[in-house]
Amino acid sequence: MNSDTGMKPKIAIFKFASCDGCQLSLLELEDSLLDLVNAVEIAYFPEASRRMLKGPYDIGLVEGSITTHHDAERIQRVRRESKTLVTIGACATAGGIQALRNWKDVGEFVRFVYAKPDFISTLKMSTPVAEHVPVDFELRGCPINKLHLVELIGAMLAGRKPNIPTYSVCMECKRRGNVCLAVSASLPCLGPVTQAGCGAICPAYHRACYGCFGPMENPNPTALAGRFEAQGHADRDIMRAFRMFNAWSWQFRQVSEERERR
Amino acid sequence: MTAKAAMRKQFTLNPAALEQLFSVLESHDFQIVGPTIRNGTIQYDYIKGCKELPSGWTSEQERASCRLKRRKDDALFGYVPGADSLKRFLHPPELRLFRAERENGVFRILDNPAPAPKLAFVGVRSCELRALSILDRVLAEDRYPDAAYVAARRRIFIVAVNCTEPAPTCFCTSMGGGPEAGGGFDLLLTEIVSDNQHVFVAEAGTSEGSGVLAVLNPGEVTKEIMAALHEAMDRSKAAFKREVATEGLRELLYESFDHPQWDRVAAQCFLCANCTMVCPTCFCVTVEDSTDVPVRRAERWRKWDSCFTQNFSYIHGGSVRLSPKSRYRQWLTHKMAAWVDQFGTFGCVGCGRCITWCPAGIDVTEQIAALRGTAAPAASDGAG
Ligand code: SF4
Ligand code: SF4
Ligand code: SF4
Repeated sequence: MNSDTGMKPKIAIFKFASCDGCQLSLLELEDSLLDLVNAVEIAYFPEASRRMLKGPYDIGLVEGSITTHHDAERIQRVRRESKTLVTIGACATAGGIQALRNWKDVGEFVRFVYAKPDFISTLKMSTPVAEHVPVDFELRGCPINKLHLVELIGAMLAGRKPNIPTYSVCMECKRRGNVCLAVSASLPCLGPVTQAGCGAICPAYHRACYGCFGPMENPNPTALAGRFEAQGHADRDIMRAFRMFNAWSWQFRQVSEERERR
Repeated sequence: MTAKAAMRKQFTLNPAALEQLFSVLESHDFQIVGPTIRNGTIQYDYIKGCKELPSGWTSEQERASCRLKRRKDDALFGYVPGADSLKRFLHPPELRLFRAERENGVFRILDNPAPAPKLAFVGVRSCELRALSILDRVLAEDRYPDAAYVAARRRIFIVAVNCTEPAPTCFCTSMGGGPEAGGGFDLLLTEIVSDNQHVFVAEAGTSEGSGVLAVLNPGEVTKEIMAALHEAMDRSKAAFKREVATEGLRELLYESFDHPQWDRVAAQCFLCANCTMVCPTCFCVTVEDSTDVPVRRAERWRKWDSCFTQNFSYIHGGSVRLSPKSRYRQWLTHKMAAWVDQFGTFGCVGCGRCITWCPAGIDVTEQIAALRGTAAPAASDGAG
């Protein structure tokens, strides 16, 4: 980055199909936000400011999935304008919860929901940014962990590798001292195949992991689905467990489709 | 009972004296850690008194399953403890090693670690004492002692308990141990509970232990109590369900590099690392540096790591253990073979935690049997 030359790196935040939760976590940084605006130039952040500086940008943070023709073109421009492109959140990284449409007829939804379906122009599928342009780094989660954003930008400024884990939620769960819900209550917990980063919040409150952070490195969802089955969970429930915020990630998709076919 | 144990003088304590033991330890500034009920299981935690012990409860353990059950009596130690061991307290999951600051080009280390608290552990089992001596060998007795571990370890007091009811997952008897604690404690208790009596046979293992025991006004051990003690321990020894044949185990693992069993276990394994997190002897950590956004302050943290992750074997150019099977093989081969070459003992004490807490239902004893060709490869059909 440009910190040696005294030039502040320019950051842009782009929104596609999403709920805005991930970019809001930037505003929720509180004290670190002041550090952040001192260290970098927030050049384009329509959610927060009317001031919009032109690209190119040093870091482009992309929230949301690609669901319209217009967005499919826009993401190409965003890529061209961003030296480093980082997807933030499950929508940008895996297609989000709206990727559930990928298994259904979206035309039917449109006819059912909208009074004037003709006004709606949408793609059949909700797809992750990486299906359209190369992505340099992913921040997972639904929403992201705001501390990961600080870590990522801090690491870029310091010129070091960010400490973003790629191992299982179980490791964070055990470090935290949670009691395992899979073992103590036979709950269908996605922790063993999900990337860490949330701090194992759900198991700490007696909820089995929903897989917000998507597939970990080398996940084995087939074996986990087999385990759920051995614990008495029905195929339909197993399919649904893998069809959440990261349903369209290929590892979760593969196992949910396999269970759907049964 | 070992010859050494037989020579130690034994006394009796009633449950009220046990309550007093907590006060005595607290008066010596110890924070007490003991088994207690938390989220439907029995786990070590900070506790205040006897009333927080799981009186009248037990825990049923099988692979990938742990359930709390009511007992018919008021036993305080009638179970095998949960996922955590002393490791969580002496070699904690996350530890800040230091903070640092950079101001006007000057780099300063801001703080040294806080002094370790004095911890008294109550209800420690024989396998955990042996695991502690393995951690001592690795973290304290090697060329580069681990300062945080040594500082915490020096200030502990251990009240051990003989296991009168091993879990079906236990196999300490195969790994050179057994339900009776051989040493490494300050005080040792054996709980005897029947319709007409509830009493603890107590013995001291150190002078500190003798000092504490003396304050509790212990009683004499009668012939009847002695007989009940022997009967309880004989029953315990006969209750073990799992075993591992350890003869030639090191050679077996070294020769099994290409064994098809590694592929079979890799098909079941999630690489979730639960087994290494709960293992009382797995000591691996990673060190992470973090900076704030202005790059003025930095922190160095140490966290439990595992040979089941990809980064664990990351060297220049990438991870050298990319395949799942290479990671399970690494873990088992280190535990049961390379550890012997490195530290002179197995790295496993047979506590069974990795069996109970593996969410995939993988059983280390079955894996070893399958490598030996003495058992059909296990299916992942554990109770649960
Ligand atoms: S509760 Fe879920 S995340 Fe936690 S250790 Fe168990 S399986 Fe893993
Ligand atoms: S390898 Fe398993 S049985 Fe052996 S000490 Fe570790 S957790 Fe216990
Ligand atoms: S053996 Fe079990 S606990 Fe260990 S990494 Fe594999 S699935 Fe997880």
